Amino acid sequence: MRLSGLQREVLALYRYCLRECRKKPAATRKNFQVFARREFEKNIKIDKRDFGAIEFLLRKGRRQVDIYSSPGVKDIK
Amino acid sequence: MAALRSSASVMLGAAVSRPALRSAAAAPAAVRGMAQLANGAQHSTTASGDQPRLKTFQIYRWNPDTPTEKPRMQSYTLDLNKTGPMVLDALIRIKNELDPTLTFRRSCREGICGSCAMNINGTNTLACLCRIPAESNAEMKIYPLPHTYVVKDLVPDLTQFYKQYKSIKPYLQRDTPAEDGKEYRQSKADRKKLDGLYECILCACCSTSCPSYWWNSEEYLGPAILLQSYRWLADSRDEKKAERKDALNNSMSLYRCHTILNCTRTCPKGLNPGLAIAQIKKEMAFS
Repeated sequence: MRLSGLQREVLALYRYCLRECRKKPAATRKNFQVFARREFEKNIKIDKRDFGAIEFLLRKGRRQVDIYSSPGVKDIK
Repeated sequence: MAALRSSASVMLGAAVSRPALRSAAAAPAAVRGMAQLANGAQHSTTASGDQPRLKTFQIYRWNPDTPTEKPRMQSYTLDLNKTGPMVLDALIRIKNELDPTLTFRRSCREGICGSCAMNINGTNTLACLCRIPAESNAEMKIYPLPHTYVVKDLVPDLTQFYKQYKSIKPYLQRDTPAEDGKEYRQSKADRKKLDGLYECILCACCSTSCPSYWWNSEEYLGPAILLQSYRWLADSRDEKKAERKDALNNSMSLYRCHTILNCTRTCPKGLNPGLAIAQIKKEMAFS
């Protein structure tokens, strides 16, 4: 299946999240991965042509990763 | 409580302060007197034939919790007789009485904090400094600052704006210590050069009104930040002028200003960012 640019951006963000998870301590890494997955699944039903909403969620997601990837964050629920 | 600005509440306020002057024994009489006064106040407002002066505000609404819903305009109608004179008073009253979900930034309500910058009837301005036009019955349209990402309703995302402000190093840079070891002194004439620059409150009204900034906000600094740039270039105490000019010496940071002068027209504090930018350009050309 050919993906649109926006879909590729969403996947890139998800991969980036997983990569950031690997920098977390091994004990809680699983929690971060589950959290990232859940954040994406929250909006899985959005129509792929709803560009405004997806672009907003991408911006929001990037902001979230920036916050959670700081080394001070050790665990997440 | 900006909402309670009716003439009745002013009269009530006077009545409440009066019993304090009397002895405690006269308290019941004082209470009755207050009730009468309150009634009288109501009578006076109706007797003077004041019709309610209704005004409709159309306000941009968008909720980030439901991103699939499109932004919409919502109408609120207020009686101007019971509202303060400024748009911010109306917004606060709407939030207090009509719709607590309405979101906007406000703080000082006197034009010194720059929080309540928004687009009112097509002009970027501070809601606290913008009068509600009393003579016309036309609807007022209130939007967030144009070409900004919206956080919610009337709240714009100014992260990029603040990042750019940080990038110009808005602080005194010196290598030599002060002569008397206490403070960096400045002549009156040098201080005068900062007038019209230091008053800027960084409300972002000018930057978001600049078409050049709309299309190049990633790289072009915009009038507000350039005004601040010039504020540090004009400061006699700053010793890093060459570095500051160097940082601006490229095609994007400064020279995307095409003297459109929307910044000067819109500035709610009456400053002139256009002139400051022209001064920077002049200094760069002759140095």
